[in-house]
Amino acid sequence: MAVGKEIRAQIGSINNTRKITRAMEKVAASKTRKAQDRMASSRPYAERIRQVIGHLANANPEYKHRYLTEREAKRVGYIVVSSDRGLCGGLNVNLFKAALKDIKQYADAGVSVDICAIGSKAVSFFKNYGGNVTAAVTGLGDAPEASRLVGSVKVMLDAFDAGKIDRLVVVSNKFVNTMTQKPVVEQLLPLQAEENAELSHHWDYLYEPDAVEILNDLLVRFIESQVYQAVVENIACEQAARMLAMKNATDNAGDIIGELQLVYNKARQAAITQEISEIVGGAAAV
Amino acid sequence: MTNIIQCSIVSLHETLFSGLVRYIVLTGEYGELGVHAGHAPLLTTLPPGPARLMKESGEEEVLFLSGGFLEVQPDQVIVLADVAVRASQLDEEAALEAKLHAEKVLGDTASDIDHSKAMKELNDALARLKAIQALKVIHRT
Repeated sequence: MAVGKEIRAQIGSINNTRKITRAMEKVAASKTRKAQDRMASSRPYAERIRQVIGHLANANPEYKHRYLTEREAKRVGYIVVSSDRGLCGGLNVNLFKAALKDIKQYADAGVSVDICAIGSKAVSFFKNYGGNVTAAVTGLGDAPEASRLVGSVKVMLDAFDAGKIDRLVVVSNKFVNTMTQKPVVEQLLPLQAEENAELSHHWDYLYEPDAVEILNDLLVRFIESQVYQAVVENIACEQAARMLAMKNATDNAGDIIGELQLVYNKARQAAITQEISEIVGGAAAV
Repeated sequence: MTNIIQCSIVSLHETLFSGLVRYIVLTGEYGELGVHAGHAPLLTTLPPGPARLMKESGEEEVLFLSGGFLEVQPDQVIVLADVAVRASQLDEEAALEAKLHAEKVLGDTASDIDHSKAMKELNDALARLKAIQALKVIHRT
């Protein structure tokens, strides 16, 4: 029957789309679980080193490391952690909005910004937006290696050491649960001491081999681990967001197919009714 | 003051130990050091070496650390290791082989080798063997 051929074709094509989105949802669901495990297994290190640094910031060291001393912000470095691929809902857009809001505050105060983009979405976004991208890493995959991040983190740290940037901020998604991911802006350098009444009395560490060397190593390691943790967490966020986005897409495709099916059935019924009435009309005329 | 101390040993990819210990013995930058409760605050780098801990229950455990950092507070020890392995999971033969290989490379003065890298490999292999030795001593007693 010739009726509704276009509608049938449309239903077919939406059905195919639904198959794809459903497959992507399933893939993302299994990757989310793995990414979450990875995030959980590297979290203790990030938390412990944060704790150590927290103690350190409360100590009264004989040598005040430059990462611990606040200075006037003339230029700020941003590490923006995004995903490599799209189709994950508003994840990256929300992240960039949060980053831009923060950047704008500095821009209003006449402070310029350097950006280290992690993930190809951030790279292409800041290329279009016109930020000064000084370092970029893309194609980290599902199981990122810390060694791949070290290079670009070093670019930012070197810039900090050379006084080109006076503050280092990391922008990434925090994994709240599979339904919720929250973009957060966090200042890494200079380190901010957490108020701790217990530790506020005057004390200092014994350092082996010597304070300058160990503080240098430890603080660099701290920054690296925080960035690594942010990247790992962002991957878990990406997969969870994609799973949700693809679930919605699959549901929407189902709704549209239902509606189209209704339109198609109505059109077919109308054609049949019309044909019958034509036949009946013709017979009566004879 | 109690005579137990909160200890956590974490590597980049996992938590190896977290709990109460009576003491812990590590290889520090300036040789072996033992940490009991009430130790002065200390911050040090760790070369590759074994870590032996005496748990609250009196049970001993040996770990191999490939380097990292140690932070000591009077009531808390935190070990941030680059790579950490339980000594019971170490492969003695592989470690021996790595040691021999590193020694051979170091002994071969003619070739154009990365001396510091070979030295590092040797230290790593030696530390692994030490950890295995320490574990054997515990098992014997």
